[in-house]
Amino acid sequence: MGADIRLLDAPFAPGAAVDAFAAAHPQAGGITSFTGQVRLDSDVLALELSHYAPLTLPGMTALGEQVLARWPLAGLLIWHRTGLMRPGEPIVLVAAAARHRRDAFQAADYAIDHLKSDAWFWKREQRADGWHWIEPREQDHADLARWRESPA
Amino acid sequence: MVTLVFLGRLAGQAGGATRQLPAPLDWAGLLGALDTVLAAQIASDRVRLALNGALLADKTQLQAGDGDEVALLPPVSGG
Repeated sequence: MGADIRLLDAPFAPGAAVDAFAAAHPQAGGITSFTGQVRLDSDVLALELSHYAPLTLPGMTALGEQVLARWPLAGLLIWHRTGLMRPGEPIVLVAAAARHRRDAFQAADYAIDHLKSDAWFWKREQRADGWHWIEPREQDHADLARWRESPA
Repeated sequence: MVTLVFLGRLAGQAGGATRQLPAPLDWAGLLGALDTVLAAQIASDRVRLALNGALLADKTQLQAGDGDEVALLPPVSGG
């Protein structure tokens, strides 16, 4: 079973994607999903995500393989936007299908934690006074460290 | 020629996402071809280099030839 891993340069509908993913994995008893969207913030007009093609998709594919090696999943989906997004638009969708819910929850949690801190993306926000690059958040690194301290 | 690809905030500082430099290009040649502010940033521990899509474990060992692509990668902001 290979993971469904995509870089998308146009808006997508997470709900429809999760419905199709669930339908494609009828043997799974549980589907979990996480959607990240551009936060509505009075200051932020737009968010732009740039990537480096030779690293970004291969990195996401390697992450998918790690997740599949660590949990017994029926299916895994990782979709990530690039380009210009407006508040409310989806940025990322992770979905995991498993026979039992605990595996599905943990696999999706692990995948999004690694995407948030490790993936080859650079983000900048457009505010009234121009564009500002976003630095990595300490919390993202702390979230990642959880997985090194305690084996799932 | 060697193509440099500047990612993230480095693109703004370099004045464009790509630049061509004559081959062959090593670490000293790369730093020497960039203005001092940009060169200092590239030299910092936080910036990594990839040669033709493969990360360099030690960027100072850069050896790029004609047609190669060198990516300059600042810390990621995450997905």
